[in-house]
Amino acid sequence: MHHPGTNNRVYKKINDNFEWSSENFKKISEIIKKYPSNRIQSAVIPLLDLAQRQNNGWLSKNSMEKVAETLSMSYIRVLEVATFYSMFNLEPIGKNFVQICRTTPCWLRGSDKLSKVAQEVCETNIGGTSDDEIFTVVEVECLGACCNAPMVQINDDYYEDLDEDSFKKILQDLKDNKSIKVGSQIGRKSSQPERKFDA
Amino acid sequence: MLKEKDKIFKNLYGFEDWKLEGAKKRGIWSNTKELIKMGSDKIVEEIKNSQLRGRGGAGFPAGLKWSFMPKDSGKDHYLVVNADESEPGTCKDREIMRNDPHLLLEGCFVAGFAMHAHTCYIYIRGEYYSESSNLQKAIDEAYANNLIGKNACGTGWDFDIYLHRGAGAYICGEETALLESLEGKKGQPRLKPPFPAGAGLYGCPTTVTNVETIAVSPTILRRGSKWFANLGSANNTGTKIFSISGHVNNPCNVEEEMGIPLKDLIEKHAGGVIGGWENLLAVIPGGASVPLLPKSICDTVKMDFDSLKEVQSGLGTAAVIVMNKSTDIVEAIARLSHFYKHESCGQCTPCREGTGWMYRMMEKMIHGNVKHEDIDKILDVTKQIEGHTICALGDAAAWPIQGLFRHFRPEIEKRIQERNRRVA
Repeated sequence: MHHPGTNNRVYKKINDNFEWSSENFKKISEIIKKYPSNRIQSAVIPLLDLAQRQNNGWLSKNSMEKVAETLSMSYIRVLEVATFYSMFNLEPIGKNFVQICRTTPCWLRGSDKLSKVAQEVCETNIGGTSDDEIFTVVEVECLGACCNAPMVQINDDYYEDLDEDSFKKILQDLKDNKSIKVGSQIGRKSSQPERKFDA
Repeated sequence: MLKEKDKIFKNLYGFEDWKLEGAKKRGIWSNTKELIKMGSDKIVEEIKNSQLRGRGGAGFPAGLKWSFMPKDSGKDHYLVVNADESEPGTCKDREIMRNDPHLLLEGCFVAGFAMHAHTCYIYIRGEYYSESSNLQKAIDEAYANNLIGKNACGTGWDFDIYLHRGAGAYICGEETALLESLEGKKGQPRLKPPFPAGAGLYGCPTTVTNVETIAVSPTILRRGSKWFANLGSANNTGTKIFSISGHVNNPCNVEEEMGIPLKDLIEKHAGGVIGGWENLLAVIPGGASVPLLPKSICDTVKMDFDSLKEVQSGLGTAAVIVMNKSTDIVEAIARLSHFYKHESCGQCTPCREGTGWMYRMMEKMIHGNVKHEDIDKILDVTKQIEGHTICALGDAAAWPIQGLFRHFRPEIEKRIQERNRRVA
């Protein structure tokens, strides 16, 4: 199964120079303060995350080189980290990064159906990006919201207690640029047991 | 059933305010200074007496672990909280961090003090974005109110808490892999010894502990180790958050007394198995890594470390994955094999190669597309992986498969026969 985060190749297209935005530059000095002054390599994951956010959700060669330069690390050490962790995408992704949990607890409650819905609505295969670059759809391993299964992560947010209809609606609304509700789609408060809710 | 007054997690579902004001109403941060005044030896003693066992999966006695920290090493000491919750089925720490973050922060301070640490890192999995933002806000509040930071709570002890987000790797829940990751490297487990208490983060004495273990400790100190030890049974004391997922009517997280019968847990809290108890096929009682239990055992088994060990399974993280008779049990386990194949860090050959081989084999077994002798072969391979790797991921990948064949071997043999008949 293809996933831009588990791909170990650096994307070939050389994009424009990567420079930190002034906002991120300030954030970096805050992040580095968390670690002992001779151990700033610890900040490599947070900095890669910042770089990825600045670079539309993926890491180009230039952005990783920038992280290496900022932390006085060799590029290969940064690349090693970027390829190891699945949240770092090494190729461009669509505007909405749809990650469908496929592990047993979600599968038991119908994650297969969600995958089908996503492929239909987003008009792409699992692992692929739609032609209009609005969606990238991937299947991922357990996202740790098993009591709210089946669930999907889109960009930073979790969408829980899904079924085919509610998921279809979410994707359609994203397509139409409408706002969508984060969290449980049946009005449940976190993982409370009761199924009767005050609306 | 656990009485309301004995619950530690009073805001597990987030019905109340999770911020400082709400937390104070629930008694958090109320007399932290007095707890610190007990002194580190007394705190560790109390935790030992409470017989609290680690909530991250292995169930190691918490007080004993804390006592491994050297008293006077001349180096910085670190407390690292393991919030890299990725064990399939488990979603309890998430609720603590987003709905009651101050409970965790107070625990960090008390536990950190007991370990002579001035610095605490909370390593949270990267996918938990909104959880980490709540936790960060709580940390900021605690700093602003001088609950942590310089002279925390007016105790004269400096204590810093930093949040560190991971980036999607199950293996970083293993303590030494977590430390590697925190140092800015690939999350590959280290050989032990040296143990983290001797040489952990940056080569300094470190204790890595699960969120829930840390979060319950201030309440234990407040209410006394006796109160905690009286809940549950000897060696399996206290309360525990159970995550119940899969084929139940109301999947949920719930805090219950240790040792509650599995059947009660499912029927009283999760609304019962879909299709009724008789429709139950099997339960994975402690997260993906532990062997499953067939219905006959589920009828009577109690949910604690020792009872589940007796039936060749484990409490793990207390994540109960329920499967009813509509489940293709072989595919359910094959999916877990895929998970381990995906998450193996690639450092040790038996695990790197073995998890992939086992997954491909399990995929074939779904359709019975194997020979009869392959069943013994895959069991033999699981034995060759188990115990031959640096960390426990190899074991965790082997156990679900062993559990499947222990209880459902006839099912797979039937599939092989059926396929042979079809092909012939």
